[in-house]
Amino acid sequence: MPLEALQTLPQGPEQDYLWTLNFGPQHPATHTTLRLILTLDGETVIKAVPDIGFLHSGFEKLGEDLDFNQYVTIVDRMNYISPIMNEIAWHHVVEKLMGIELTKRCKYIRTILSELARISDHLLCTGAQALDLGAFTAFLYGFNQREVIYDIYETISGQRFHPSYTRVGGLLYDVTDEFVRKVRTFVKEFPKTHADMCRLLNRNRIFLERTQGIGVLSKEMAIDLSCTGPIARASGVVRDLRKDEPYLAFPELQGAFKVVCSTDGDSYSRYQVRMEEMLESLKIIDAAIENLPAGPVNVDVNSKAVFPDQTSVYRSIESMIQHFELVMPNRQWTPPVDEVYGAIESPAGELGFYIVSDGTGVAYRARTRPPSFIHFAVFPYLIEGHQLSDVVSVLGSLNIIAAELDR
Amino acid sequence: MAFDVIVNALKTKFADLATSEFRDNRRIVVKPAQLFDVLTSLKTEHGFDMLFEMTAADYLKYPNATDRFGVVYGLLSTASGERVYVKTWLNEPELTLPSAFPLWKGADWLEREVYDMYGIIFDGHPDLRRILMPEAFTSFPLRKDYPLRGRGERHNFPVITRAES
Repeated sequence: MPLEALQTLPQGPEQDYLWTLNFGPQHPATHTTLRLILTLDGETVIKAVPDIGFLHSGFEKLGEDLDFNQYVTIVDRMNYISPIMNEIAWHHVVEKLMGIELTKRCKYIRTILSELARISDHLLCTGAQALDLGAFTAFLYGFNQREVIYDIYETISGQRFHPSYTRVGGLLYDVTDEFVRKVRTFVKEFPKTHADMCRLLNRNRIFLERTQGIGVLSKEMAIDLSCTGPIARASGVVRDLRKDEPYLAFPELQGAFKVVCSTDGDSYSRYQVRMEEMLESLKIIDAAIENLPAGPVNVDVNSKAVFPDQTSVYRSIESMIQHFELVMPNRQWTPPVDEVYGAIESPAGELGFYIVSDGTGVAYRARTRPPSFIHFAVFPYLIEGHQLSDVVSVLGSLNIIAAELDR
Repeated sequence: MAFDVIVNALKTKFADLATSEFRDNRRIVVKPAQLFDVLTSLKTEHGFDMLFEMTAADYLKYPNATDRFGVVYGLLSTASGERVYVKTWLNEPELTLPSAFPLWKGADWLEREVYDMYGIIFDGHPDLRRILMPEAFTSFPLRKDYPLRGRGERHNFPVITRAES
């Protein structure tokens, strides 16, 4: 039991004043279902023991049962703040396993969608961090723009929240002109919301005093504790997979953006890194949407990785056979019998998958490298010695999504 | 530092090292007894300061597999951006590995998850207990001999009556 872990604390009559507080699993500031067992000395947190697993639903076991295209509906539900990022990550690794090179148009569309997902994730994270500290308005401003992003998802896939839009070797559908129009409008209007949020928070004295110097993570600790993404960058680890191991259209968009870093490593710098990253993402979207290449979104049908289009399935026997081959559970794709790890830069950090393949269309092992899981392990180190009220400040800055945490 | 340089340096210290490669993943396959020394050497001498990933897989039903469990450590050098994967094989009944926690604090929860899902014991881990499954759970759910559709744990849960509660 987690309580046994607390037995290592000093015991005896002089320690009687230590008391234990259960924070969660249902608490407005955890936002999702997770539990912290806090040992307090007055209001100072002496020790925090996270207790997780409330949302464990066996995603990785399901990944060993569903094929490469079906499992996309499950990964959608991991980080449900930026669902399309999980899809892109999953199929990025599947395509790496099979050795599929995507078409240029598909790469650009995926890049645009992943940057939209990053903005929507950061908006929620920074908004919720402010909300927990009492600033409600910034949260609402952020949510307005999140609606616009959901509208864009709906335009392309018909689903607002869980688009399940990527497929092995391409996308469910090609995008329309309306998508381009909506993204352009978003690019034009988002800076205003961003400026509004900055004006509300950046020099807000309450917000500053509750985040500056709180939950400081040093660079050495960040590396030692496997941190990635904005959390590591806020601590001075200059590492971004979009620059260091460019994937999708990022090799061509290197000039469009910079990597945002800070050296303070506190809650405030994590907030700042996220805010600035949104503007960089916007530049990527702008560059990508204006240079959106024409052409097919799916790889060549002869690669036997993608479904032929509907008309040819109905009208030609070859296409019908190929459709049948991909649909039947005992045929499908034939990836190499090997294992591969691949990762992309998700809003929370490095989101990777480790796929062990036995040569069938279903992964033999589909391991997720969940950034939330790894970052939540950092929490006890950050909170020690701080006040009880700082728990929400630190928790909000870590961007823990329990569905990804527990999978 | 190139992968070959690292492997050659390691081979002078450790005898039977194997390597394998697929796409950009370059793996060093080691015996469980050498694992900790190889990891230590990679961290201290070759600058792999981050354990970015650690996982396991059960090869029970894998074609042509000779060993039961494979445990993979993904190491990253934040200075050079180079990644290397260290893999080791385990067989029942000796499902024990040395813990990597003394080298990287990030191994804490990753090892707990592997223990939770596969029942592999990490010797020297400060707090090895289940992390995702309930404490009273008796099996290891990601093993291949654990069925996808329940074994009936729910039916065996003790029923609490109103009088007892």
